Amino acid sequence: MTRSNPPDPSGLDEPSPSARTPGAGPGVRPGASPDSGGPGGRLCAEAVTLAYGRTTVVHEVGLTVEEGGVGLVGESGSGKTTLARALLGLLAPRSGRITYGGRDLAAMRRGERAGFRGAVQPVFQDGSDALDPRMRLGSSIAEALAAHHRLDRAARRARVAELLTDVGLDPELAARRPHEVSGGQRQRAAIARALAVEPRVLVLDEPTSALDVTVQARVLDLLEDLRAGRGLTYLLITHNLAVVDRLCRTCHVMFAGRVVESGPARELLTRPAHPYTLALRDAVPRIGGAPPRAAGRTDAVPAAEGCAFRLRCPLAVDRCRTQAPAPRPVQGRVVACHRAEEVLAGAARK
Amino acid sequence: MTLVKVRDLVVRAGGRVISSVPVLDVEPGRCVAIVGESGSGKTTALMATLGLLDTAEVTGEIGVCGVDVATASPRRLREMRGARAALVMQSPRAALTPTMRLGTLMRRALARHGVTGREAARRAEDAVAAVLLDPALLARYPHEVSGGQAQRFAIALAIALGAEVILADEPTSALDVTVQAEVVGVLRRLRDERGLALLLVSHDLALVSSVADHVLVMRDGAVVESGPAAEVFARPRDPYTRELIAAVPELPEATP
Repeated sequence: MTRSNPPDPSGLDEPSPSARTPGAGPGVRPGASPDSGGPGGRLCAEAVTLAYGRTTVVHEVGLTVEEGGVGLVGESGSGKTTLARALLGLLAPRSGRITYGGRDLAAMRRGERAGFRGAVQPVFQDGSDALDPRMRLGSSIAEALAAHHRLDRAARRARVAELLTDVGLDPELAARRPHEVSGGQRQRAAIARALAVEPRVLVLDEPTSALDVTVQARVLDLLEDLRAGRGLTYLLITHNLAVVDRLCRTCHVMFAGRVVESGPARELLTRPAHPYTLALRDAVPRIGGAPPRAAGRTDAVPAAEGCAFRLRCPLAVDRCRTQAPAPRPVQGRVVACHRAEEVLAGAARK
Repeated sequence: MTLVKVRDLVVRAGGRVISSVPVLDVEPGRCVAIVGESGSGKTTALMATLGLLDTAEVTGEIGVCGVDVATASPRRLREMRGARAALVMQSPRAALTPTMRLGTLMRRALARHGVTGREAARRAEDAVAAVLLDPALLARYPHEVSGGQAQRFAIALAIALGAEVILADEPTSALDVTVQAEVVGVLRRLRDERGLALLLVSHDLALVSSVADHVLVMRDGAVVESGPAAEVFARPRDPYTRELIAAVPELPEATP
């Protein structure tokens, strides 16, 4: 299993992954060392393969949710949300494992599992996914509180008011139902509900995509404040590269179920080494910037043999058809492309 | 000729003004965009322009492709909407009959407008090429193509039927960024090469800045700023426009 592990991007600055954990055997990945990520421990995917029935949608992906925030980007069908479901413990890997604080989720007993559920909380695109439409916002949050803490009624009510204040909402809104508040308020309430159980990690799946731009900006501010104030770690799943730049230190780019490029977010977004990362970047419209470019035809389905991206790649050569590129370190990142050096040199734009 | 001409449009709901547009002109080969947040009245303005709202609530002068929307008969309006002015919506599949192959759908639509045989085939071929769609996709059902392909097909349908202006409501919001770039590229090309006029409604300022010639910014049912796109984005005059532009998360410049 270890042989097939994609290199861990968190070990980028190190000569080799195993050099980071002296004494660890070759079978132990650095990300798996217990509690290296703070009080709650780190959330890791190790060579995780995920499938729905016979369809494999994520192939041997490894990543560590570490401090500073981790972004996971890619288009619909790239497997990013499926991977997030696995990291939340909602989908068991076909092979590989998900660990939290060094413990395999699959091996956790009931109590430990409950602890994990409290520590790793999801926030989805639309706040209403996390809120019962018939329940008042306050009750929804109180319900989450009750699941993890023993509090009397008065204490619970006070805590709900506190949580609503923390996410920038008027505590009075506790009496409203989800449809009686705006989209931005609903998303804040969903975040308050996630925070109720005092998580260490938030898995944010397109947390601002459904919001108006001014509301989005305020929710992003809130997420930054909460992180600083509560020591949270974020895994951010999004198609919006600008949001990744804002919230994440590390970024992984997925294409057709594989991570094709990993590394420091700013580096990756300003100077992509994989042609797909470059295509994503060039497609983003920017105010006052060059018009968005559609690099290659998006119609092409991922290739079954060789490099999955080759049918859309402007740099594809014979080798890409015959040989699937293995992830390898290139100038501070990990890239699965035979021609990454040439991409960095600007070849794909010519 | 001005393809869309709106003067003093006011739409009310229960006595309250929910959308008002004093002046809006769309010329051939130009793209005009209405930007704003939820509830700003931008989609309502678009629907009123196409005569899709209850006329009792709409006042003002609206001309689309020479048709006076306020006084035209329902039949005249349907003809205008079906052919010369096309509406493209956020989820293209919703506009495509799910039980019909794309090719059949296109043929039926053309036949309904009296275009059959060789001419229909020629128009279909030309339109499909104009939106960079693989003709083989015409054998597929709407659920068998991607969102971007369905959206490009919806545009092809408009082109085949002879649309002079496309009115699009968030045409790329449901699409991946790479697919969005492709659809925007198609719209830009149609505008530049065929003189197609575009009236685009979107909340996405960056997207609008990449395609629009003229921009109207709406808030709470009113136009707060209107001007050439380059000007509005470089030197916004209204504080709300400035707030909107500042709120767009910025992707750092690429380093060579």
